[in-house]
Parts: sequence; structure tokens; C-alpha cells
Amino acid sequence: MSSLAVRKAAPAAGTARGTVPGPAPRRRTALVPTLALLIGAAYCLLPVAWVVIAATKSGSELFSTFTFLPGTGLTENLKDLHAYRDGVYWKWMGNSALYAGLGALLSAAVSAISGYALAIYRFRGRETVFNILMAGVLMPPVILAVPQYLLMAEADLTDSYVSVLLPLVLSPYGVYLARIYAAAAVPSDVVEAGRMDGASELRIFTRIALPMMVPGLVTVFLFQFVAVWNNFLLPYIMLSDDEKFPITLGLFTLLEQGSNTPALYTLVITGALLAVVPLVALFLVIQRFWSLDLLSGAVKS
Amino acid sequence: MTSARRRSYGVKGAPYAFLLPAAVLFALFFALPIGYAVWLSLHKVQVKGLGLGAGARSEVWAGLENYADTLSDSELLDGALRVLGYGALVIPVMLGLALVFALMLDTERVRLAPFTRLAIFLPYAVPGVVAAMLWGFLYLPDVSPFHFVLDRLGLPQPDLLDGGPLYIALSNIAVWGGTGFNMIVIYTSLRAIPAEVYEAARLDGATPLQIAVRIKIPMVAPSLVLTFFFSIIATLQVFSEPTTLKPLTNSVSTTWSPLMKVYQDAFGKGDIHSAAATAVVIAFVTLLLSFGFLRAANSRNKQEAAR
Repeated sequence: MSSLAVRKAAPAAGTARGTVPGPAPRRRTALVPTLALLIGAAYCLLPVAWVVIAATKSGSELFSTFTFLPGTGLTENLKDLHAYRDGVYWKWMGNSALYAGLGALLSAAVSAISGYALAIYRFRGRETVFNILMAGVLMPPVILAVPQYLLMAEADLTDSYVSVLLPLVLSPYGVYLARIYAAAAVPSDVVEAGRMDGASELRIFTRIALPMMVPGLVTVFLFQFVAVWNNFLLPYIMLSDDEKFPITLGLFTLLEQGSNTPALYTLVITGALLAVVPLVALFLVIQRFWSLDLLSGAVKS
Repeated sequence: MTSARRRSYGVKGAPYAFLLPAAVLFALFFALPIGYAVWLSLHKVQVKGLGLGAGARSEVWAGLENYADTLSDSELLDGALRVLGYGALVIPVMLGLALVFALMLDTERVRLAPFTRLAIFLPYAVPGVVAAMLWGFLYLPDVSPFHFVLDRLGLPQPDLLDGGPLYIALSNIAVWGGTGFNMIVIYTSLRAIPAEVYEAARLDGATPLQIAVRIKIPMVAPSLVLTFFFSIIATLQVFSEPTTLKPLTNSVSTTWSPLMKVYQDAFGKGDIHSAAATAVVIAFVTLLLSFGFLRAANSRNKQEAAR
């Protein structure tokens, strides 16, 4: 797994600027890729730009003025959203943060300890355990979700925070990444040295190996955070009390009601904008810490 | 794949203890539900008398009855065909764009690459439900900028949320949401190719396009195969996007995709047994298609290697 040796994923910045001017025809060819990428970027930013503008429109402006003309109703929309059902929107945001944050944290912890065990120790059944865990990644959520609901109902746990949190804690992909990362980042001599000093296996893991695995675990955490934040099927099936809804489900129910009362559309749009902001902000802040290289390492094996 | 550690450590119990949390979670949230789904699919409810009182409804062995019903259900078949058509649009377009963008990011003298890379990756951070909402509004005749422009130009305005265009509208949402992620996967494996590999070709006067087609694409073939594999699994499971568009149009039925039918059977009709059978069939077909693809890709690779 040599690709794990952190190759910076952003050298494009270096090649773009300050390159020695080459022969003229070669410089001209870079125009096509640049333009194509800009078109791609515009396509990807279009709905985001739209929601930013649409959120500023009042209910009547939304259906009467040109799509990309800013309106005058932003503060009004925010107030309405805040007032909607005593601020249930913020509750949804909080729930999403809880499901995604706590879920991803637990997931990273389970991935860390499992990945470490699979990478460092040689024991009977190691590959069998690994392969069975990996089979989970191929299991379509559809075959899981309905029986999960019924089993949760048996345990009287449907419509609870737990019913949305727990099924997503074990991430086969996370275990896989953690195993690769542990194998590459934790030298066996260090583990051996810990044993010589008489440290217990658990202590070696928590005190020595875990800090070494942090960069890989950040990646696991982020993948899982996004996966849970974006999840819709599981909460849709498990929850009926809208105080426990995550933002995806909350907005969906708002849209559903909006088909009868278009006045709610402005709320949906403002809500959608605010729902996108935290994740995009998270991405912009942490993209430099996010070793996407791990992806290619994972993919190439 | 992992660095094989030849030495056996004398610490026997530790790995098993460390794997315990994962094993418990796997048993509870993967193995048990799958087993239960299979069990349910092989049973049905039998009602005695009027079906009143305790014990009047019991679950009895149904053999393959539920499967026979599922496979002869025309609604499910229609849904499967819709999703296959949808997938035939989404997967080639999404992965084609992802590959092209990745290759362009990897080209020399590309301007603004960090910005465009981030912008194209951005939709990954937008939940599918929200993406479907944003596009849904952009399709809605009263709000859509496309309709506005066509209207001003005096051109006919197609209804994007009905008939054939609905497939394009839905596919567009998936392409928008998935291109960036796949682009990053392909791009990172492009960056991992050592520069020396191209040097010889470049000295021979190969154009960037030739280098891309002849050298880069074959070298990232494994990641293309993997992105294809996971795209098949994800596409056949489409649920959130059509469900989200449903309030905006009458042409998305409650059984538009097979997965929506499972939901409808289980929670709309309360027939968990046939829902379970349908779910098992979908899972089976998904795995069959994705592994079939993987085998085909592998055998082609071997043939090429043998040449």
C-alpha cells in the first residue's frame, strides 16, 4: 500500500501556477480542459446558487420574479422558519448533528479497534472474519431496513434515537480503511516495544497505536458523518415522532405538506439552504485534513 | 493488501476481544435482519375464522409462494424496467463525466483546478433528498429558469416532471450528486501513477490526449471497475430522489422504483411477507448484476494481460 505514503492530493495548484511557459501549441491545449472543468463547476454550483437566491424571495416573489433575481424576503423567511411549529427546524438540525456526529464517532471507534486487530494480529479465522464483515458493504440497505424495523419493534425501540443511531455504527468500509491504515501507519516494532515494557494489549492500542491512526480515522469519521447526515431511508422507516427527525426527513415532510399549501415552499427552500450550509462549511474547513488518498489506496488493492 | 505479519504474537485473546464490538453489531444489524428477511419471505399469515381474537392470525410456512407472487407482479417488473432505464442513463453519464473531469484535472497547465475540483465535489456534501428538492424546484414550471428562458424565446416548454423527460430529470439528480465523488476516486488513483510512466511517451511526442487514452485510462481501470461496481449497487437501490419528487408531480407513483414498492408493501399495505420476498429478490438481482459485471471486467483484464 505504498500509495498511503501521503501524496498530496492537491498538487494541481502547483502545476497551474508559475509553470515555465512551454511551446505555444501546448499551452493552448490546456484551454479546453480548463473550460470544460469550469462548465462542470458551474453545473455543480447551479442548484446551490439557486437556493441561495431563492431563499431571499418572499412567497409571491418566488413564483413571479425571474429565478436568479434576488428577492426581499430573507429575514422574513428565516423568521417564519424559526417560528414554524415552535422551532422544530432547529430540533431537526440538532438531531442530524447528533445522529451524524455521535454515529460517526462510534463508527470510527469500532472501525479503529477492529481495523487494528485485523492488521496487527495474526490469529485463526482472521481473513474469514474480515471477509464476513466486508460482505456487509455489499448488502443493499433494502434487505436490511425492513427487518431492522421489525426487529426494533420487537425490542420496543422503534421511533427512538437508538433505532437510527445503532444500525449505522458498524461500517464495513470504515473497518476496511482502518485496517489498511493501521497496517501502514503502525509499525510492528513499536507494538513489540510496548510489550517489552509490559504494557497490556489494550494500553498499547489506546496509547500507542491510536494516536498513529488518527489521520486515517479522520477520514473514516468524515465518510460516516456524511453517510449518516445524508441518510434518508433508515429514519424514514424508523421514526414517526417529528421531534426526533433528522433534517432530511424533516424537510421531506415539509415539502410533502407544501404540495397542498405552496406557502410552505419558501420554508422548504430556506430550510434546504440552511441544511446545506453546515456540511459545505465542514468540507471547506477540513478538506485539507482529509486524506482522500486513502480512497485510491482502498480502491487499488 | 495488508502487510502480512509473519510473526505470531503470544497474545491470543486480544484480537478476539478487540473484534467483539464489531461482531456483536454485525450479528444484530446485518446477520439477524438478513436471516429474518429470508425467514419472513418463506412464511405467510394464515387467518382462522374471522381473524379476530388472539391466535386467530398465525404465521405458517409458505414455501416459495411469496417469491412466485413477487416475480409475477407486473408492478414490480415495471418498476425494475424503469430503474434499469434510469441506471442505463445515470451510470455511463456519471462515470464518463467523472473520468473526463479527473483526466482534465490531471492535465498540465490547467487553470483554477483546485477551485473546479472542489466545486464539482461539492454535491457530495448535499443530501440526496435536498438535491432532489433543489432540482425539483428548478424543474417546476412556475419556478424554473429553463421555463422562463424558453417562455421568453417563445419556445415550447417541456414538462420535465412527466413521461420520458422524468427519466432525464431523475438521472440528472443522480449524475449531479455522484460525479464529483467518483471523479475524486479516479483522480486520486491518477495522481498515484509515477510521472516516469508518461515521460517516455511524452519524449516520443505523444499528445496529452494520446497519453490520457493510451496510458492513463488503462492504468486507472481498476478504480473505474470499482466505481462502476458500487454505482450499480447504489443505482438499483434508488429511493430518496423519486420519493422526494413525488410531492411535486403526479407521475412518480408510490411504486416507481422496486425499493419504493418494498416500502409501500411493508408499511402501506402492511404485508411484510411479500415485502421481504421482494427485498430478497432485489438484493439477489443487485448482487448478481454487480458481480456479473465484476467477473466480466476481470476476465477481460486477464485476456488483455495475456495478450
